[in-house]
Amino acid sequence: MKYAFIADLHSNIEALEAVLHHAAMHGVERRVFLGDLVGYGADPAAVVDRVAACLQDGDLAVMGNHDSAVCARERDAMNDEAQAAVLWTRGQLSAEQLSFLRDLPLILRQDDITCVHASAAEPGRWTYVFDGLAAMRSLEEAGTPWVFSGHVHDPTLFYAGRDGRLLPFLPSEGVAIPVPAHRQWLSIVGSCGQPRDLRPGARYALFDSDQQRLRFFRVPYDATVPAAKIRAAGLAERFALHLEGRA
Amino acid sequence: MALAAGDELDGYRILSRRHAGGMAVIYDVARDDLPAPAVMKVPRFGQGDTGATIVGFEVEQMVLATGDGDPLPRLFGQGDLAATPYLVMERIEGTVIADLVDQAPLPFDALRRIGIAVAEALDSLHRRDIIHLDIKPSNIILRPDGRASLIDLGLAHHRRLPDLLAEEIRRPVGSAPYISPEQVLGVRNESRSDLFALGVMLYELATGKLPYGAPSGLSGMRRRLHVQPLPPRAHRPDLPPALQEVILRCLEIEPAKRYATGHDLAADLQHPESMQLGERAHRSGQDGVLQRLRRWFVGVGLEPAHMQGAPVSSGAGQVPIVLVSVAVNHTNAQAHAALRREAERLARGRPEARLAFITVVRPPPAMGTAEDSHSAPREHLRVLVALRNWAAEVDVEAARVTCHVVEGADPAEAVLDYVRSNHVDTLLLGAPPASLADSRLLQPVAVRIALQAPCTVVIARVPQA
Repeated sequence: MKYAFIADLHSNIEALEAVLHHAAMHGVERRVFLGDLVGYGADPAAVVDRVAACLQDGDLAVMGNHDSAVCARERDAMNDEAQAAVLWTRGQLSAEQLSFLRDLPLILRQDDITCVHASAAEPGRWTYVFDGLAAMRSLEEAGTPWVFSGHVHDPTLFYAGRDGRLLPFLPSEGVAIPVPAHRQWLSIVGSCGQPRDLRPGARYALFDSDQQRLRFFRVPYDATVPAAKIRAAGLAERFALHLEGRA
Repeated sequence: MALAAGDELDGYRILSRRHAGGMAVIYDVARDDLPAPAVMKVPRFGQGDTGATIVGFEVEQMVLATGDGDPLPRLFGQGDLAATPYLVMERIEGTVIADLVDQAPLPFDALRRIGIAVAEALDSLHRRDIIHLDIKPSNIILRPDGRASLIDLGLAHHRRLPDLLAEEIRRPVGSAPYISPEQVLGVRNESRSDLFALGVMLYELATGKLPYGAPSGLSGMRRRLHVQPLPPRAHRPDLPPALQEVILRCLEIEPAKRYATGHDLAADLQHPESMQLGERAHRSGQDGVLQRLRRWFVGVGLEPAHMQGAPVSSGAGQVPIVLVSVAVNHTNAQAHAALRREAERLARGRPEARLAFITVVRPPPAMGTAEDSHSAPREHLRVLVALRNWAAEVDVEAARVTCHVVEGADPAEAVLDYVRSNHVDTLLLGAPPASLADSRLLQPVAVRIALQAPCTVVIARVPQA
């Protein structure tokens, strides 16, 4: 089975469409959305509808902290700009769209794969998996050979080094990495709709579970369109600059 | 898993046991669908195994699977790692260099031939983003066609794949006599480590001695961080200085002072007469206590930064080459000045690039010539001197510059051939004279080159009034 793992879409419909098209061209059979469908960007309704349509076709999704904040009125430890975007987003969504977000699970297990927005250890606490120790906690709790997550926006593959401790590996775009099931692998697939590494483009990961190979992609698309929408909506300039690779 | 002739595993028939090593057993095998003669490598997982054998086996499998063979054996099949781990790969015929060590000191010509073959094999390996990290005589096979194949990838590092042998607390991984100083410190992403190991091997084949002995402990291995070896000519005084220069340059403690790529090394061995010999070529003893002490302090400070992820700048095969084609015999001073100016501009724009100046001479007539002053080697040397003088007027650091005189009846084809075989990134040419611009019959050399070169081509022209 060929999976596309798509995380941190952040109300960016142009990035999402680019990734879905790229994945289809590569023969992806199932898409898994790893949370944060909304927040930051200006197209929350379009993204929620698109993901909801995919789920009708058998795709899967989990909840992210922005999704939770938008529908649950909770204020996570967000900065003011992000919080303003959460309030704005809430006003853009219908009751039906909000309830779709509210019903997303925090964590999913599919065969040997665990899907979670942040860490499989206490998924609702939105722990950032920045280092080997945090990755180890998530992998131990998950107990599956493969864990896929988002939350951290830069793509990273955590794997066990010679002494068993987890090491971060920064993947090269498009290179097929063998990820055999006798080891454990934690993939941070990178942000689809809100990159933070000064490089525009929509990230996602493609996993072939038969071949046990993993590829990280950065799909080019016209980021000026969603950036212009962010500015027109009066959301924080920083979110637009991230899309353009300028901040 | 003990296999014997006649056994069968996943359809592979065991023909015979070829080699039983400490880490693995190699069998000759057959199966109807194999495209070439093959061997099966079965790891020995024994008592007291710490898991390093298994990881090495995984690494070899992962690295071989990325490749399309040469200079590595092609991978034909593999067993399930959890149940019956094995690799089936191409059987490489030829001479294992380990079998030549007993015959050392080898004749100079054999040394050069081996050095060139292994250096070119390393160059092509490094271009595929793989660093071998266990280059030694038992891991290299010289094939009948003269090329070298590299086997046993159990310690290898692939720049674009997770390094399963990496760890937070770094330990030396490699073979004690051949391990590079940076490997002793746990660095695994330096391609010039392989060139150091090749230097140790050439030293051994040239003199019959190991430059650092065969230390058994860490402190013995650390010696090479601050002690330079006795020059090979101390063991073998008739060794040509150029060969000593090559070997000692490979054995430099700092990777940056070694050859940048295997190809650079091979080029020196191919044309020792055009090498500029330095202090290394004539060194006769080890350096003094003060010098060593100074190096010891440098060695202590050599502990590297964390290597995960960040690409290293030193990647072999990644040093860009700017090739400048110079017609040294042309008399148009303005055209020469324009070409030099453009060369300086390109050099400034790409500080990491090497500048190679090339000029083409016609091959000597097959029958030779009566006048000794026109003999091919002399003519070659005369042109080389002229080219060096030409290049000396280009304002760029001498260390970045090399000069090459190549022979060819067709200058365009000779330049293109150099571009292709040296993976040149940018080619700089002088514009053809205006008088040729309208010629339909005679296509200027520069135009033919520009049309066919597989790289960026820059044409320098004298500014028009």
